[in-house]
Amino acid sequence: MPRRTREHRRDSARSDPARSDSARRDPVRRDLRPARLSPRDVLHVGSGGLRSRPLRVVLSALGIAIGIATMVSVVGVSASSQEKLLRQLDRLGTNMLVASPGESMFAGEDVKLPKSAVGMVSRIEGVEEAGATGTVEATVRRNEKLPEEDSGGIAVQAASLELLRTVRGTIASGSWLNGANGRYPSVVLGHVAAQRLGVGKAGQQVWLGDRYFTVVGVLDPLPLAPELERSALVGWDAAERLLGFDGHPTSVYERSQDSSVSAVRSLLAPTIDPENPQDIKVTDPSAKLQARAATEGAFSSLLLGLGGIALLVGGVGVANTMIISVLERRYEIGLRRSLGAARGQIRIQFVTESLLLSGLGGAVGVALGAAATAVFAQVEGVPWVIPLWSVAGGFGATLVIGTLAGLYPAIRAARLSPTLALHAA
Amino acid sequence: MTRVVGLTGVTKEYAGGVMALREVDLSIEEGELVGIVGPSGSGKSTLLHIVGTLDRPTSGSVEIAGFDVAALSDRALSAVRARHVGFVFQAFHLVPGVSAQDNVAEGLLYSGLPRAVRRRRAAEALERVGLADRARHRPHELSGGQKQRVAIARAVVGDPGLLLADEPTGALDSASGESVMALLHELSAAGATIAVITHDTEVADQLPRRVRLRDGAVVDDTRGGPRTDTRTGIRTGIWTGA
Repeated sequence: MPRRTREHRRDSARSDPARSDSARRDPVRRDLRPARLSPRDVLHVGSGGLRSRPLRVVLSALGIAIGIATMVSVVGVSASSQEKLLRQLDRLGTNMLVASPGESMFAGEDVKLPKSAVGMVSRIEGVEEAGATGTVEATVRRNEKLPEEDSGGIAVQAASLELLRTVRGTIASGSWLNGANGRYPSVVLGHVAAQRLGVGKAGQQVWLGDRYFTVVGVLDPLPLAPELERSALVGWDAAERLLGFDGHPTSVYERSQDSSVSAVRSLLAPTIDPENPQDIKVTDPSAKLQARAATEGAFSSLLLGLGGIALLVGGVGVANTMIISVLERRYEIGLRRSLGAARGQIRIQFVTESLLLSGLGGAVGVALGAAATAVFAQVEGVPWVIPLWSVAGGFGATLVIGTLAGLYPAIRAARLSPTLALHAA
Repeated sequence: MTRVVGLTGVTKEYAGGVMALREVDLSIEEGELVGIVGPSGSGKSTLLHIVGTLDRPTSGSVEIAGFDVAALSDRALSAVRARHVGFVFQAFHLVPGVSAQDNVAEGLLYSGLPRAVRRRRAAEALERVGLADRARHRPHELSGGQKQRVAIARAVVGDPGLLLADEPTGALDSASGESVMALLHELSAAGATIAVITHDTEVADQLPRRVRLRDGAVVDDTRGGPRTDTRTGIRTGIWTGA
């Protein structure tokens, strides 16, 4: 191709009267293949119609932009919400299991975990940490004057010292139970429990059982163990000594290496109760979070469908604009044909115009969708995530729509008789 | 001399039975300046379309720049137009909002030449039509005569073997029209082969050869006439009997 161009140039540079005679013998001139337009020239002729009618360009690209913006933001919003949960899961880990008493095979018989359950569980291979809670028959109130029924749904639980580390909880205020304060009337409140009791920070007192307990700490939210958020946690010793706790754990929390989660899961029940392993219920709290993340990630197909319809309408708008553009520019088409444009070159010109039109709409749409998602992320406090595939998909859809919308008008334009330019008055 | 246009027994019948051309024989040699004259409806536009390879005859053979048109595909005909035929229209057909130079360069768009070469040639062509100082002007900043000169520059920028001018003075006042005709005479004197289609006998009478059409048939083909054009001072008729 470059060689042909060079020869052609040299040939055309001659302008003596005998040139056409030499042309007859010149193999380049005899070669009647239309020269190819460079990509830049294609872009130039394709954008000519757009440059002369900017308002129409804006209006017909708007339809595409709205469609793409809807789709990108629908996907972006759900991906952002999901990302928040996924990051939480990442932080909390998916390697925690909880064992608790299940339904006994014999009706009415309460299943109890052995007192030594935590110790046994922590000896399972792969288990890194284990902690436990045990239900205490007591209520907690703001003060002694409130009726006993007014517990606010807060459970009182004995907590082992390793519990906090096992559930990867963090302290909002004060400190966690330790060997010293765990023996005295001290309590750590889950963040919901603290709210309900009106406790803002450590140091206050609450009425627990039959005496005042000092709040030594308040926990941050615990997405993996929401039951602890609604609990007042007292030390194991204090619960036994002051609240009549029997010392049997009701939930054993354990964390293992990621690789041994499934092995631990199958060993958990037989380890705790070798005789009746079926009485032990083992749950995976992260499964719930994962399920929620999956739900958040499933964007509303209704909204996505709406975006698709907007996109389709936008495509029809582009097709309409292109048909009008071809009608208006019959003379230009005739002129180009008389200048030597082949049908294919006229087709490419109009398909390019259509692609530019919808591509412009697509670019604006992606930007709008990303901006809408950014606003959502800001307001909801979630990370701003725009999946790359939604951007690529949006652009891909615009290219398909641009081609489809431009093809028919372009074919019509190419079929126009080249004599039209001469008919213009 | 080489033949640029050769029509033999060309008949064009449009749908509906209108006979636009009947058995037309026409031969134009290289370097000729020919007027194709006739009242409206005489078939001269149809003749122009066929000579310009924009249309094909119903019957008869057409040879343009040595190519048998009937044997060529639409693609190949496009290439013939791109390399061998230049058109000048009554309505100029310049692209609005684009400079004179870029309008002229558009004439080479389908030639395969790189953009820089096209622009340089366009500047040269504008110089040839005496509008070098208007290269940056856009069409609405030019007079009618200047616009037609730009259009002529666009038609000749690729050094076509044949220049077809359709009523080139039709939209111009008489002074501009004369200057455009003078330019065509100059280009002819420099060796170009030109066919001017016109219904204006005054314009036609300045040309060294006149082909008269009536009802789709050639009724007269005269060479000679005024030996020297009184306005341009260019001797015409030197191709007589070529």
